[in-house]
Amino acid sequence: MPAAGVVTIVAVVLIVLALVYYLLNTILQLRAINQGLDEVIASVGEIVEKSAPVNDVVGDINANLDAAVSALEGLLVKKAGMVDAVGLVDGLYPGAAAAGFRDFPESREIEAPRISEVYTRGTLTLARLGREAPIALGNPAGPAIRDPAYGSAAARTLYSAERPSRSPVIGTDAPVVYEPPKPVRTGRFRRS
Amino acid sequence: MTLWWIGNAVLLLAVLPVVVYLLHNVLSAAKSIVPSVGQIANAAAAGSKDLDATALLLTTQDQVRQTVAGVAAYGGSLDVILDDAEER
Repeated sequence: MPAAGVVTIVAVVLIVLALVYYLLNTILQLRAINQGLDEVIASVGEIVEKSAPVNDVVGDINANLDAAVSALEGLLVKKAGMVDAVGLVDGLYPGAAAAGFRDFPESREIEAPRISEVYTRGTLTLARLGREAPIALGNPAGPAIRDPAYGSAAARTLYSAERPSRSPVIGTDAPVVYEPPKPVRTGRFRRS
Repeated sequence: MTLWWIGNAVLLLAVLPVVVYLLHNVLSAAKSIVPSVGQIANAAAAGSKDLDATALLLTTQDQVRQTVAGVAAYGGSLDVILDDAEER
């Protein structure tokens, strides 16, 4: 055999050896990839299975919360009036007046009275419950503890020292006019 | 004979390096995929584990219903107790 033939055979053998080495390694890597993808598919299947009912459950929760928000907004507006309701909510959640009530689009146009600057939180509601609620009149346990007609006299007994002057008057006819409110956009009353 | 030697030279100096180069790149690409697949598998497993808490959504759903029912009951009582704004 001529020397050129031997060199040719050696070259072909080298090429075949290179092919075998690299292709075998590539096959091993591809099998590892295949095994990894099997694990991924299993985990993704679990994710799909576990997240399947989330949409319905969250939708139901949101529907219930929406109904509660609508009912509470309606009750607040019915009992406090639109203006006071907006002022009360804005006092609790500064900036919420701009968003208004969801079921009362006209509430966005109302300039919120600054109830929170005059009354502490809950004072307005407590005062209304204490002075105006007819529950004391119809109490089956006995006569009313507080006379609804002279509720302020009963309230005065709560103070050990001289009771502060009467509750301040708010509104456009108030004797004390405060500076214009600063626009506040730090809080959110509810999601949009 | 000369052409044969030239062919041998081309085979050894051109074809063999090119084959090795190409196969080496294929192997490198395949090797680089393996850790990525491993990371994806770990992330998917962690995501699946995180979703174990979704079963608690059913409890949340039930509690929200009860809370809303309680709020509705309180609202109904307040509606009776308090005067309407228009009546004052």
